[in-house]
Amino acid sequence: MGSFPATRHSVVAGIASHDVHTRRVAFDALVSAYWRPVYKYVRIKWRRDREDAADLTQEFFARAFEKGSLGRFEPTRARFRTFLRVCLDGFVANEIKARGRLKRGGEASFVPLDFAAAEHELSTHPAANGTAAAGLVDTDEDDLFRQEWVRGLFSDAVAALRASCEAAGKTTQFAVFQRYDLDDSPDVRPTYAQLASELAIPVTQVTNYLAFARRELRRLVLERLRSLCATDEEFRLEARELLGADPTSRPA
Amino acid sequence: MNALSDTALRRLRDAADGPDLSGTKYEIVDRIGQGGMGTVFRARDRELGRDIALKVVRLPEGAPDIAGRMMREARTLARLEHPGIVPVHDVGTLVDGRVFYAMKLVRGAPLHELSTTGLAERLRIVERVCEAVAFAHAHGVIHRDLKPQNVMVGPFGEVLVMDWGLAKIVGDATLSLGVDAVPGTTDGTVEPATGHGVVLGTPGYMAPEQAAGDPLLVDARADVYAIGAILRDLCGGNPVAEGRDASEEVPRPLAAIIRRAMAPEPRERYPDVTALARDVAAFRAGDRVSAYAENVLERARRLAIRHSTPILLVLAYLLMRLTFLAVFGR
Repeated sequence: MGSFPATRHSVVAGIASHDVHTRRVAFDALVSAYWRPVYKYVRIKWRRDREDAADLTQEFFARAFEKGSLGRFEPTRARFRTFLRVCLDGFVANEIKARGRLKRGGEASFVPLDFAAAEHELSTHPAANGTAAAGLVDTDEDDLFRQEWVRGLFSDAVAALRASCEAAGKTTQFAVFQRYDLDDSPDVRPTYAQLASELAIPVTQVTNYLAFARRELRRLVLERLRSLCATDEEFRLEARELLGADPTSRPA
Repeated sequence: MNALSDTALRRLRDAADGPDLSGTKYEIVDRIGQGGMGTVFRARDRELGRDIALKVVRLPEGAPDIAGRMMREARTLARLEHPGIVPVHDVGTLVDGRVFYAMKLVRGAPLHELSTTGLAERLRIVERVCEAVAFAHAHGVIHRDLKPQNVMVGPFGEVLVMDWGLAKIVGDATLSLGVDAVPGTTDGTVEPATGHGVVLGTPGYMAPEQAAGDPLLVDARADVYAIGAILRDLCGGNPVAEGRDASEEVPRPLAAIIRRAMAPEPRERYPDVTALARDVAAFRAGDRVSAYAENVLERARRLAIRHSTPILLVLAYLLMRLTFLAVFGR
């Protein structure tokens, strides 16, 4: 009861590793978790166009990998997410200043980044138009970055849940979860009875399947969150803000 | 996969922290609020076809016996059948280990959000609160977290005392429902954890002995203090918190009632909430209150206001007689 998820190694520890392979694997995980918030943040806060934002995103991670700048994170001073955003701000400001000698892309390459998909997601963002973006203040910027980071974290966990349900032959469980928790259509949320009728299962199974999927989702989110936090304290804080509860306060 | 929409993300975040209702007859409709003890959901009772308030209580790590204790205490609360106390319909343990209470879904507004009621109506609400709390005291239960946010006023004027999550069962100081170890709540409650030296309650409404953190010192007079603080709020602000004298804001007898209810020393307060209610009712009716020693002028003024109708009738009669004598008496 109450133990931290320990199945994934800490990404934050990994990027500071002296072992190139370990560092590489950790960086891939880091890029997977953060590229979307970084790209959208550059687009909105720094008001760069699509190509520029995509280049700056790739360059930021490439430069960080080459120089090991993110490995110099000190957990006592800030959360890793905040540290990364501050590094990003510094990087973009310098790049804009040194526009003439900008070197695109860097030497390193990471997991494929689907900027077109990110751009599509951004099209529905309230701050994506010029007026709203111009009105952003520091708090908004931090909220924006955090919101996109949370979105990425949950998207990743939902994808993992879908994959594990399919692998285990639990597609109905995922279907219940998808209809009840994921479906964001403007229609009224279905009742358990409606779902049971739709999927030809007893109402009690809807409750059980939903509970299973949510339990798994929570586990997957916490697992990923743990890997992206530098310390147990940071993990506790993030989990509490993210899920509204202490990750240790519930039996496994 | 595509990124999640804001709506889906919000639902997922709620769902990931939501209670596991497998094996129960309830289904979550939405989240109503979050407090010191846990989260309250609007839930549907499928068997009875009605909406209820489902309170799911978080338990701290390393306290396996607390769930059982809370169940016993919840049963005690369930026996508090009074129109001013939110009834508990059901109590149980979820498969994820958390304890839940199914309660009546109260519709209305919390006291601190009521702004249009007059003083007499506000005093009536305080009397209703006193009645409910007196009933609980008679059954050995001390609320310990009375505040405007925990008093609901229904659309027909009904008054309900809510959130007995920090209640203490008299006779066993170590028993309380205050077991949540997570700091930082949305309603200002100081987070509880049972035991000596731990502060339970809400600053501004907590009696000094309660704020000292010794559960042995806390008795029914702590609730007297809290109701005094509610009365203070209802009578024009928060004079204690702002360092002002309540007498500047409200009639002197009422200020005296507040002062006596909120006396730092428990022995200087009203002995019980019934005595407090009696004084509030007396003030509302224009009678003398026990907390205030009025002088002759004040007494005359009070009696004049209290009996203004017969006095006016007599005066009108005398005036009429004088006029009659003046016109026809020669």
